[in-house]
Amino acid sequence: METILYIIQQLINGIQLGAVYALISLGYTMVYGVLRMINFAHGDIFMLGAFIAYYGITKFNLPFPVLIIISSLITAIIAILIERIAYKPLRNAPKISLLITAVGVSLFLEYTLSLNAFFSPNYIGFPRPFEIKNYELGLISINNIHLIIFSVTIISLIILYLLIYKTKYGIAMRAASHDLEITRLMGIKTDSVISFTFGIGGALAGIGGLLYAMAYPQINVFMGIMPGIKSFIAAVLGGIGIIHGAVLGGFIIGISEVFVSAFLSSTFRDGVIFIILFIFLLFRPNGIFGKSIEKV
Amino acid sequence: MRFFIELRKLIFISLFIYLVIKLFFISGIPTDYIIQITLYSFIIVLASLGLNIIYGYTGQFSLGHAAFYGIGAYCTAYLSKILGVETFYSLVPVVFLSGIFTAFIAYLIGGPILRLKDDFLAIATLGFGILVRVFLDNSDRITETLGGSRGFVGINKITNLELSFFITVFFILITKNLIDSRYGLFWRAIKNDELAVSSIGVNTFNAKLIAFIYGCFLAGIAGGLYAHLYTFLHPSNFDILKSIDFLIIVIIGGMGSISGTIVAGLFWVFFIEGLRIVLPSEILEYRWVLIPIILILIMMLRPYGLMVKKEGY
Repeated sequence: METILYIIQQLINGIQLGAVYALISLGYTMVYGVLRMINFAHGDIFMLGAFIAYYGITKFNLPFPVLIIISSLITAIIAILIERIAYKPLRNAPKISLLITAVGVSLFLEYTLSLNAFFSPNYIGFPRPFEIKNYELGLISINNIHLIIFSVTIISLIILYLLIYKTKYGIAMRAASHDLEITRLMGIKTDSVISFTFGIGGALAGIGGLLYAMAYPQINVFMGIMPGIKSFIAAVLGGIGIIHGAVLGGFIIGISEVFVSAFLSSTFRDGVIFIILFIFLLFRPNGIFGKSIEKV
Repeated sequence: MRFFIELRKLIFISLFIYLVIKLFFISGIPTDYIIQITLYSFIIVLASLGLNIIYGYTGQFSLGHAAFYGIGAYCTAYLSKILGVETFYSLVPVVFLSGIFTAFIAYLIGGPILRLKDDFLAIATLGFGILVRVFLDNSDRITETLGGSRGFVGINKITNLELSFFITVFFILITKNLIDSRYGLFWRAIKNDELAVSSIGVNTFNAKLIAFIYGCFLAGIAGGLYAHLYTFLHPSNFDILKSIDFLIIVIIGGMGSISGTIVAGLFWVFFIEGLRIVLPSEILEYRWVLIPIILILIMMLRPYGLMVKKEGY
């Protein structure tokens, strides 16, 4: 009985982490869908979301809902700017050039912000915007951080769904992910569709950063690297370019990471995630929901 | 033998360079630190040459090169510890053995992942890099000697000028010859158009695998020399940032250019390490702000590298 309760407890923790990964991996999957590139700087957008929230709390003492809006807005703007400045000139370049540029942007953000003039490379404690409250349900304990992360994730996913399936921009984005050239021929401004994609991805990653910092209250300029890579793996797992696939993949990665930490050893968790990636790349490179049209 | 005769000019030039460096070292002007980074720069050139084979010539993007470099380093250090290697002459076979071991690992891992392309290959090699890092972090569970996350300590300092210089020159010459060989032609052709190459009956997968194995072999040799130069190994020396270092060297030097890699590798080490002597640490931090900007600008303006005008042949 106790083992089952322990498993349920870990499942709740896993879903909490998975929710954050799901939010980040949506940005990867949408950008990949439209531009066929891995936006390596996406993990750093996530980091920026956490840092903006940190400044919102310590300098301006903003309430939580305002923090979400501010973080997501600023990260969306930064994501759009990165695309305009760094990626747009390379629209027709080889894929690897884009990838290297993305790595460059990622390094630039990390090392610029780690200068002592900005945030310094040290870990900073993240003040929670509210007191932590524990609710005991039998032997399982849930706190309000869990509940807030679940509800914010669900609300963001609903907003995303409405944006993608009910607005004209969403239709244009889905068309662009089908075929960018044809979409342009249909008279759609693909550049603004791409900006829109980066903006939404950035906003979701910003929210993810804020939620992650609340759950694991220590922030650092390099905190985005591993969650970023894992979220990309989540996107590959679900089938890259497929939106519900990214959400499912995020939860799978989050839950397996927590389970490995709980039952094996926390030092193995990164290794297990990559073993999952290898298995998928070898046997089902198109992911869970991917149709095997394109042979990667 | 014929190939050494054909390359006699290059051999004479390198002997001359060796004598100049040797005289410089004997003269007593350079400090130990300068000697160390000079040897280190040869090692970095060797490892980057490996990545240039994989990425620059064959076009297979790898973000896990430092993992192979690390495997070579740990393997050499471990072997020389259990075998009690203390001299120059016994180190050479051990380094070659670990190079072969690294190549074997590359064979095992390259088989499955080289079927992937571009970005997916990048993620798979990145994943392999992180797996190796996790393994090295936990390696003290296997044997205490490897040290795990505390690092591998107490390696003899054996690597000297002769060892690092001549091994590097030797492999530069071998690589130069290999590039002009039949397989080198396959590699360059695969980079341009894999489909076309396979359509004329070349087993492209085999050619890619050989390039990958040879590149990783060079990284393993370089790692072995590194272990006996710095005498201390830590898993964090072989993580993704190190792989990006090699990548930057290959890109700055030009993809598919041996001389470019040599110049860029030497430049890189003196830029990163050498500036430590000259500049105060506050300014030094800005290097890593500048490097990504240079990288992005290269990608925009000279996508095939600084020293190569066009996609090279």
